[in-house]
Amino acid sequence: MTKLARELLFPLIAVLAAFIVGGILILLIGDNPLVTYRLLFGSALSWPDGIGYTLFHATPLIFTGLAVLVGFRCGLFNIGAEGQLYIAAFATAWVGITFANLNPWLLIPFCFLAAIFSGAFWGAIPGVLKARFGSHEVINTIMLNFIAVALVSYFTQYHYKVPGDPILQTSPIGEGAHIARLGKFIPGFPERIPLNVAFLLALLCCLLVYLFLWRTKWGYEIRATGSNPSAAEYGGISVRTQIVLAMAVSGALAGMVGINEVLGYRYRYYDGFSDNYGFTGIAVALLGRNHPVGVILAALLFAALQHGGIYVDGFSEHVTKDIVQVLQGIIILFIAAEAFFKWVLGGRFSMHRLRANV
Amino acid sequence: MGFGRKVLDASFESKRMRDIFTWSLIVSVAESTIRLATPLVLAAFGGLFSERSGVINIALEGKMLAGAFTAAAVTYAADTRLGVGTASPWIGLLGGMVAGLFIAVIYAVSCIKYKADQVVSGAAINILMIGIPGFLSGALFLSSGSTPQIPKDHLLPQSPWLIALVILLLLAAISYVLYKTPFGLRLRSVGENPEAADAAGVSVSRIRYSGVLLAGVLAGLGGAYLSIGQSSLFTRNMTAGRGFIALAALIFGKWRPVPTLLACLLFGFTEAVSILLQGVYKLPSGEDIPVQFINMVPYVLTIVVLAGFIGSSRPPRALGIPYEKEK
Repeated sequence: MTKLARELLFPLIAVLAAFIVGGILILLIGDNPLVTYRLLFGSALSWPDGIGYTLFHATPLIFTGLAVLVGFRCGLFNIGAEGQLYIAAFATAWVGITFANLNPWLLIPFCFLAAIFSGAFWGAIPGVLKARFGSHEVINTIMLNFIAVALVSYFTQYHYKVPGDPILQTSPIGEGAHIARLGKFIPGFPERIPLNVAFLLALLCCLLVYLFLWRTKWGYEIRATGSNPSAAEYGGISVRTQIVLAMAVSGALAGMVGINEVLGYRYRYYDGFSDNYGFTGIAVALLGRNHPVGVILAALLFAALQHGGIYVDGFSEHVTKDIVQVLQGIIILFIAAEAFFKWVLGGRFSMHRLRANV
Repeated sequence: MGFGRKVLDASFESKRMRDIFTWSLIVSVAESTIRLATPLVLAAFGGLFSERSGVINIALEGKMLAGAFTAAAVTYAADTRLGVGTASPWIGLLGGMVAGLFIAVIYAVSCIKYKADQVVSGAAINILMIGIPGFLSGALFLSSGSTPQIPKDHLLPQSPWLIALVILLLLAAISYVLYKTPFGLRLRSVGENPEAADAAGVSVSRIRYSGVLLAGVLAGLGGAYLSIGQSSLFTRNMTAGRGFIALAALIFGKWRPVPTLLACLLFGFTEAVSILLQGVYKLPSGEDIPVQFINMVPYVLTIVVLAGFIGSSRPPRALGIPYEKEK
């Protein structure tokens, strides 16, 4: 119980502190922080739009949060979720367009596999580079983000755009590839809200990631590599294999954002769709204390902020929705420095020990 | 006879025209290479100080954004409120440096004093700096993320050859500081072997503070050049990844001043070429030439170099590891 309390206490302190600093900033530019915060959160719990959109925005964040989490648990920092999800979303759309006439029972699983495997592939590249050449995954994932964005934008613009369309997006995927919106099953929940089956998939992934990391041999080896690579190597674990495996799993999770975006929301690949999901995933994993349950809670918080940002833009005098990014940045800063507090208090979790093998 | 002469003239004329065209093309590409490389050089030199002292700097992007926004906002304010006219960009430039320094202080305190993870703090700074300019411009200029336009004659000098001279002087100064002064020696030793430097009586944290703060000033300067030199206002996320390209150039340049400068020029050149191709030439289908592949060059090269395919690029040994004094 005390362990749970401690796990909850630090994220709460970080969030609270960030809101206080954010409040001071809002005061400084001449608005009332309480009004801003009510706009930010007041709408998040309204039925059906607030809840629907919050859960919809939470879906990609759960995926990217899990992706960053799996990397962290292996002592790796995957800043590349952004690139992985772009590659995967495009691959998903490609399958949905190319095999549009396939039976939905085949097409949808095929699209899912495209998202998962293309994400895993793009994630595995920095894994292999680190395992084989020892080059730093942080730099490589940053570089691969830019390469991914350029690649998919090239294919969209020159090969898969509807001629004459001024918007940089592909042609639509076959209708057989659409996955159901939750409005179909919930009475009183309109289908115009894009919350879809991918949200349930995200929750399932939380469970699967938990089982994978804490109940399987591979997961154990990944965590052993993360907590002490030399001990793991000594104990007969191939650290190199674990690095590649962890990065591939991480990329696969990030890739599943494509399922939500392409199969459940826009039904095509839309260039530049990601609202910094990959980077917010870092905040989600850190705030969620690198635990799947924490990831869900943190994703809900950031999703609510993202949805509330629209209302702040519309109804406040000076504050813009940029306050959401500001709060996010401050939260991560506090969490980063929090490793220090924890270290002082003698906690076992320490950020730089987590990454000591870099 | 007369006819033959005419043809000869015409071909001579067209060859001369072609030469002039080629020459002016070369000059214009060279000039835009220098202009585009300048913000990269400034930020990369900043990153050099920070990383040689052992502190990873993925926050260059955020510091450049801070510098770019502040420089444009201060220049605009100096222009309209103080009415200092042509002096305003210099005040703006100072503002940009101070903003970079301010962000660097936050970064340094969290990484050095509180031993926070450098990559996590850097990512936090970058996310924060996507938000802050928009947040402030909404309050100050009632705009969504950009500053008002600054008059053309109230910008920094833009002559590429003057800028090239400044960059060369900066290169000389930085090489001198890094390799010929006691401070440079300490900086490098702290980045390679902090324990030994500590044993020799060097204050690891003080040297690292200097490195990170210098990086902030230079990155802020690079950002300022972007908004009040190359452009005439700040626009949302105007650095568009240049902080990361600067980081790439630093790695590609193996953490050394001259190769880093050359890498920045190379990356500036690729950007210049892609802009040139985009504007002037079209494919037969009427589409723009796919410049995406040219844009990828810096990133691909960095990965290749980091993996050791073309010579090896070895980071400072203590890069990214917070130093803990033995008790």
